[in-house]
Amino acid sequence: MNPQGILVVALNQRGQASPATWELLGAGRALADAAKQPLFAVLPGGTAEQARELVERGADRVLWTAHPSLKEFNDEMHTQAVCAAAQQLSPARILLPGSVAGRSLACRLAVKLQAGLATDVSEFSPSGMVKRGAFGGNLTAEVEFKSPIQVMTVQAMAFPPAARQAGRAGEAAELAFAPAAARTEVISFSAEEAGEIDLGGAERIVSGGRGVGGPDGFKAVRDLAHALGAAVGASRAAVDSGWIPYRHQVGLTGRTVRPKLYVACGISGQIQHLAGMSNAANIVAINTDPECPMMQQATISVAADIFEFIPLVVAEIKKRKGVPVAA
Amino acid sequence: MALNIVVCVKNTPSSLSVELDPSGQPKTAGVLYAINPFDEYAVEEAVRIKEKNAGSTVTALALGPDADQTVLREAVSRGCDAGVLVTGTEVTGGDTLATSRVLAAAIRKLAAAQPVHLVLFGKSTNDSGAGSVGGQVAAWLDWPGVLSVKKIESIDEQAALLWRMMEDGIDKVKVGLPAAVCTVKEINEPRIPSLKGKMAAKKAVFTKWTASDLGLKPEDAGAPGSGARVARYTAPAKRGTGLRIAGGSAAQNAAQLVDTLIERKLI
Repeated sequence: MNPQGILVVALNQRGQASPATWELLGAGRALADAAKQPLFAVLPGGTAEQARELVERGADRVLWTAHPSLKEFNDEMHTQAVCAAAQQLSPARILLPGSVAGRSLACRLAVKLQAGLATDVSEFSPSGMVKRGAFGGNLTAEVEFKSPIQVMTVQAMAFPPAARQAGRAGEAAELAFAPAAARTEVISFSAEEAGEIDLGGAERIVSGGRGVGGPDGFKAVRDLAHALGAAVGASRAAVDSGWIPYRHQVGLTGRTVRPKLYVACGISGQIQHLAGMSNAANIVAINTDPECPMMQQATISVAADIFEFIPLVVAEIKKRKGVPVAA
Repeated sequence: MALNIVVCVKNTPSSLSVELDPSGQPKTAGVLYAINPFDEYAVEEAVRIKEKNAGSTVTALALGPDADQTVLREAVSRGCDAGVLVTGTEVTGGDTLATSRVLAAAIRKLAAAQPVHLVLFGKSTNDSGAGSVGGQVAAWLDWPGVLSVKKIESIDEQAALLWRMMEDGIDKVKVGLPAAVCTVKEINEPRIPSLKGKMAAKKAVFTKWTASDLGLKPEDAGAPGSGARVARYTAPAKRGTGLRIAGGSAAQNAAQLVDTLIERKLI
């Protein structure tokens, strides 16, 4: 049978469905409709109820397994599960999230299936070509496939999430899965601080750079992030100075983000930082230097001293929300 | 406990401001190349493990044209013991599927001479930025592969305990060796090459292998062994300068900013 159809790999995060899955289903449904092909999904380490939601969000056929070996992400075990599903469904294109887990799994799948691989895809064209950033986002690579099966990871926030339609028709069945033992074992997990919003899926991000001056300066950045319900990001300069941990770093060496709103505080906009955030829909730059690259590219720029300005913005937001402002 | 480590390095453009030729391919004339900056972390980690475990070895492995021996010299200057360059038109110009297959074949050949316990990679390269070659090498070798590793807590000949940085926290992963591990920046702070290292790098003579040395057929590597290719590169549209808020007092500017964000439904 010729490979046909789109397979979305739905990866749970600590047992919970990830919003990235809804984005994959949104992108996958559009591809499937354009090609008049079915949209499949495989759910390793999920439940029948979660599988049902995948149908209600656009999948025509879902294979799920609650096998205990898939509770935490294990690239060897998850590869076996997805390969078992791919064998049954014979999809032409396999879409995975652009997360650490998604990328790990994509690497193994591509080799197992002798498939061309494109990571961090942000656009699909009708011809089957895909676009992804290269050279630190300075260039867009247009990737063509020649393998019968194609594997791709999709950048978070690049596609609108599929809405849930209660009662949508589709089939969800349990995947027969008898895995061989893995040599990798997740022995424990320690979560980030409670209440911290992950950069990758954040709609709004407030980032601080060299201009925040020190760890104390990050307090203002965090206050603004809190007021906006935003994730906290940072430039390399701020991370390398030890003001904030690496996991907050946005840019070539850190995370790539596509929020609706990116507020850059005291970030001049070096090419390595722009690599990670220039696809933000809106950029607000707050900087003392109006000529720096970030201010030149911002949707809205304010030439201001961030120590004076950010508290005023926070107070203004609280005022609009009707929150009493401390004197 | 003696560990044999292979660290994969790539010679990449030092600057990301790349110009395109009319066919949409990056111009190479006059471009300066150096070790991919993310590979410096992998080299440093390999050398640190070697320094803690007497009798260990670190071999740098690169794939590229003959000129890419410079990246092996950089690796030796930072403490690697030896270098292998896989070269020739058959192996270059491939996608990550083909490239990882060639690297896996070279690692297999190294492992046939003496056991390889660990293969280290950087998180991605600064040119293509795919970040998948390490994971794909693991898959070709049928070894475990762990991406996004920020700490190697312990390692012996049988297993390693790794900290994997996930989006929502840290997984502690126990992995049986041999394995391929892709590092992230936080794992260490790379040293600058020592004078002794630079001297060693100057004198180093590297092993060179071609496709046939690795038992690879022409259809296994390079463009014929690829599943994808970059048809062309384009430069994304430049963002223009937007609204500039200036002129008022700081408080007025703050109010105007918040007004604008609300108007545009951004908050």
